[in-house]
Amino acid sequence: MNNVMNNTMLANAVDDFDVTALRMDFPILDKKVGGKPLIYFDNAATTQKPESVIKAMDDYYRSMNANVHRAAHTLSAQATDAFERARRHVAAFINSPFMEEIIWVRGTTEAINLVAATWGRANIQAGDRILLTEMEHHSNIVPWQLLAKEKGAEIIVLSVTDAGELDLTNLDSLLDQRVKLVALTHASNALGTRNPLEQIIEKAHSVGAKVLVDGAQAVAHWDIDVQSLNCDFYAFSGHKMYGPTGIGVLWGRRELLEQMPPYQSGGEMIKRVSFSDTSFNDLPYKFEAGTPNIAGATGMDAAINYLGKIDRQAVSQYEAGLLEYAIRKAADIPGINRVGTAKDSASIFSFTLKGVHPSDVGTILNQQGIAVRDGHHCAQPLMDRLNIPGTIRASFAFYNTFDEIDQFVEGLVKARSLLC
Amino acid sequence: MVAGYINRLDKGDEMRTHPFGTKISTDDIIGTLEFFDDWEDRYKYIIELGKELPEMPSECKTDDKLVAGCQSQVWIEYCYHQGRLQLNADSDAFIVNGLLAIVLAAYHDKTYQYIGDFNIQEYFSRLNLLQHLSPSRSNGLVSMVKRIQDIASAYQATQKVS
Repeated sequence: MNNVMNNTMLANAVDDFDVTALRMDFPILDKKVGGKPLIYFDNAATTQKPESVIKAMDDYYRSMNANVHRAAHTLSAQATDAFERARRHVAAFINSPFMEEIIWVRGTTEAINLVAATWGRANIQAGDRILLTEMEHHSNIVPWQLLAKEKGAEIIVLSVTDAGELDLTNLDSLLDQRVKLVALTHASNALGTRNPLEQIIEKAHSVGAKVLVDGAQAVAHWDIDVQSLNCDFYAFSGHKMYGPTGIGVLWGRRELLEQMPPYQSGGEMIKRVSFSDTSFNDLPYKFEAGTPNIAGATGMDAAINYLGKIDRQAVSQYEAGLLEYAIRKAADIPGINRVGTAKDSASIFSFTLKGVHPSDVGTILNQQGIAVRDGHHCAQPLMDRLNIPGTIRASFAFYNTFDEIDQFVEGLVKARSLLC
Repeated sequence: MVAGYINRLDKGDEMRTHPFGTKISTDDIIGTLEFFDDWEDRYKYIIELGKELPEMPSECKTDDKLVAGCQSQVWIEYCYHQGRLQLNADSDAFIVNGLLAIVLAAYHDKTYQYIGDFNIQEYFSRLNLLQHLSPSRSNGLVSMVKRIQDIASAYQATQKVS
């Protein structure tokens, strides 16, 4: 969503959106912290869960808990139905052409590790290059580093501008036949910057590279269409899109997934085992060793269902309105410096307060019931590039309010008076 | 005695002085913090305590003194004087510095027996600051307390050997 909103657009975004009703869906938002109402601005770390997600998981354990794909009994059939229905809904959610392209994992990190360990080990060779960007989360750096070390491959990096956007002027010079994979985030977890994926993916494909997208920060905010993006892998977590922790998705092109060797081994992922050899199961089960997170999948299904009932376009506008409002209000506080001023951004307000360590600001905001994240946000290379130890990050969800931002700004004024 | 545990200060460097553990005791800090009703006054006091820690020159902030944390960094210097652990610490964050001062009030100029017996959890609980010692607070403070306890028990081991 473009951050440049005029006053009328901002006003409309507020007026048209019934945040009071939506907040009632999230039981935790009534909580008090240290006697003060919780203001939860750490949504980029994990979002809160609507009642329907909590209930779906509770219902699963109460009424249909059984192992999936295993037994002839009724409960197992019900659990398997629910589990596979969730997979089908995830496929529709990201417009995946085939249901078997949806691999259940624990989260984005495991999805990336899976691709590094299977596709990576099979396809990356000595002298090959893997292109990352300077704004990646450690989870989209370290698995590739380990792979590159193992194979004698090289990591190369697309730099970031002072505004916190990818410096695309370098892209053409970095991309050549040696690049076998481009792994990049859809949106920066530290700054919010939304990357122009289509353009990068097209260029990467033109030199024969595959593209993995870390979608952890995108799924909560925007409609995802893996076919129109035309990427090769897309990874995301349930817990950052109002679903449960411990469940996530790797989407991959069927032809790539079919060629890839298995990841972990054990039950479910095999067709036939003898002591001389094992033949592996078909997609997606080849990559799903052991009993999966069935309850998590039902929770994820409920989260997708929940998101399907609210107007995502209105959500997007409202969240952009929250960000714009926070930027404007905080600009009045001396010493506040917004970090990352990308034109296209998720609803993340990352900033520093002059002369004060981010951790001190986080502590004082917490005393006022305001939950933000402070630190390097697991993006140390980006912090090094921007020459700062870290930032304070307020990340907004559609259940946040303009009133909460007013209180947050008051909280910042108090932090400044105590610390400066 | 093992040399490595006797003096970790740079050669020719004096231990920087501070009032914690000598002029300002744990009881002083407990008494003062109990007196405040308001969180703002409590944090003002904690920040003030931190300002009484002498600043460690940047050339002294070497990696062997660093106790890394996700959110802020802590450097610790120590040596033994007549069987008592002498400590100094510095951080890049004001509140963490204040919390370090509170920790030094407990551990500075104490014997290894005292340090081993001291219940830091109960102390922070009485100060109503226990959340700062929770493992979720990766601010270096938890690692700092662990480091001091390790230094004391390593020293204790050397005493038993000799």
